[in-house]
Amino acid sequence: MIKAAEAMVKCLEKEGIKVVFGYPGAAICPFYDELAHSDIHHVLVRHEANAGHAASGYARISGKPAVCIATSGPGATNLLTAIATAYADSIPIVCITGQVSTDQIGCDVFQEVDITGAAEPFVKYSYLIKDAAELPRIFKEAFYLAGTGRKGPVLIDVPVDIQQTMIDFNYPEAVELRSYKPTVKGNALQIKRVCEALKNAERPLICAGGGVINSDACSELREFAEKANIPVVSTMMGLGIFPTKHPLNMGMLGMHGVKTANEAVSKCDTMLLIGARVGDRAVRSPKFLAETTKIIHIDIDPAEIGKNIPVDIPIVGDCKNILGQLIAGVESADRSAWISELSEIKNAVPVENETEGYINPKMFMRKLSAKLPENTICVADVGQNQIWTCNNFEFKGGRFLTSGGMGTMGYSVPAAVGAKMASPDSQVVTVCGDGSFQMEMMELATIVQEKLAVKIILMRNNRLGMVRELQTNNYGDNQIAVHIADGNPDFVALAQSYGIRAERVCTMDEAEAAIERLCAADEPYLLECNVWRNETTL
Amino acid sequence: MKHTISILVENHAGVLSRISGLFSRRGFNIDSLAVGETDDPAMSRITIVADGDEHTVEQLEKQLNKLIDTIKVKALAPEELLSRELQLIKINAAAPQRSEILTICEIMGAKIVDISASTMTIEISDTTAHLARFEELIKPYGIKEIVRTGVIAIQKGADTIKK
Repeated sequence: MIKAAEAMVKCLEKEGIKVVFGYPGAAICPFYDELAHSDIHHVLVRHEANAGHAASGYARISGKPAVCIATSGPGATNLLTAIATAYADSIPIVCITGQVSTDQIGCDVFQEVDITGAAEPFVKYSYLIKDAAELPRIFKEAFYLAGTGRKGPVLIDVPVDIQQTMIDFNYPEAVELRSYKPTVKGNALQIKRVCEALKNAERPLICAGGGVINSDACSELREFAEKANIPVVSTMMGLGIFPTKHPLNMGMLGMHGVKTANEAVSKCDTMLLIGARVGDRAVRSPKFLAETTKIIHIDIDPAEIGKNIPVDIPIVGDCKNILGQLIAGVESADRSAWISELSEIKNAVPVENETEGYINPKMFMRKLSAKLPENTICVADVGQNQIWTCNNFEFKGGRFLTSGGMGTMGYSVPAAVGAKMASPDSQVVTVCGDGSFQMEMMELATIVQEKLAVKIILMRNNRLGMVRELQTNNYGDNQIAVHIADGNPDFVALAQSYGIRAERVCTMDEAEAAIERLCAADEPYLLECNVWRNETTL
Repeated sequence: MKHTISILVENHAGVLSRISGLFSRRGFNIDSLAVGETDDPAMSRITIVADGDEHTVEQLEKQLNKLIDTIKVKALAPEELLSRELQLIKINAAAPQRSEILTICEIMGAKIVDISASTMTIEISDTTAHLARFEELIKPYGIKEIVRTGVIAIQKGADTIKK
């Protein structure tokens, strides 16, 4: 017999977990006590939400569920934003929270909160462990649920007395869930119908979403698109699947997307949605689009099909398998007229203005990405910085991480921590604004403590720029609660106070030299770019 | 349009709150909800009557299926289901009215289950439409209180939810 707390650690070891992100507290102390004897590396974050975001970054790079830990009450509620963020982007994380003693549940004792209840709307599943003997089965199920089907966050709430209970430890080999059997293989008849529809399509278009990355199907998608000669647009979550300069890549669609992609959407006669859920920011009027376009929708989650857009041919399954089936069945076709029509828009040279004394963030992103290696992991925060990155960073086969569904400010730095832990040899660059950075800057401490060579680009325009722009365009330029200059610290000095190399640039010449230093640095680096306050997103 | 949906779920703590939470957060309107254990104590069966067009019901079924605790969801077509709802009604019934009320109950298939000097309590189990007719008939005597269970439903013939 062993303590359930020790069993928790053993469960993580059985799942191959090497790194966990967390923040301790009284109700999770028995677990930490046992974690100290394990080879699992614990990364101490400086706010629980960032444990969740770091686990998200780790999971996205490793492709497997990652673990975050918090204590009961406020520790657990601080995790909520990270759980909702992971849910919106279908990222597999397992969240372990301490809970007050079972005999005290419901008595409103110190640091008690019903976290399974609070998280219910945005977890894939959750457990409150009431019988210690069930703990190994629950852990096994939690990892299985998080990492299969449509991936997502799973929460395990463990009362402190349960952690202290002695149990027999047998980690189950397999999971038995009669109610959970995700469809992974595409229906052969539907595959045939898709191939037929594509044969008859003159202007077909692929819209690739985050599901393609989640199912590790990027190379299959490229092979399929190349074989069938179909141009590709991406949702924000699908960026990076195709190299920016690939001739079939037409960029990001939607409200903040590029002209090429949006023209492609409005002109195509057949749209093949793959692992994309037709969110409102990607497709503003899906019903209108479906009236004139044949819609084919491939998704692992049956509930996504028909939810936001009427569908002509649905296929439920894992898109890695389905793309494999499609590659075998699709015929090659000449679509050079359609592709060159789009390429013309794509290749138009953008007119760009430089404002004296400021960095043009769009030019900066292009210059920066040109200097970075192919396998760079680029993380963007939320706001103007995110869109500047999406539309101007040249993806060359690395990865792009951002909070696409929830739009959670303060995601990028902790996610970069997780990404760097998962892939220490990759260059990890994170882009944020002066607004979002101040929601995550406590993680500079984690970066230093873990000696992570994370590179931070801080676009300082002294504004909450995305909202400022919204107020300018939609509210008669009535700028309220978006001016942050008066409270902004000296970010360079701030970073330096943590022992992080930092510098500020105000001209593109300075920026180019600084980019060289940033890329070469074998340590964390913060580069503050002085950006004009009225710089536009697009 | 009204839809009757039967759901088999794992008989765990918290399952009902997951199901009802799904309805509120996805904006589905439900008219009634009834839950009870099945012949297998590890499973509960939930019957929901919901309002909405075809698209709404399709989404509802899919979202219910997506819940990990859901074993089976089946929308029952009106012509292939038997439905019942149980109602307990306390009405004013002084001695002079009692025989009239008894006659109505007899004709409508209701049963007197309790009596006091001034009231009678009636039990009736039937379809929602029949209950509504009964309620109209006894309204004139003065309804003091009504309690109802919500609709439960089962398929006609040999078919079951599992098939």
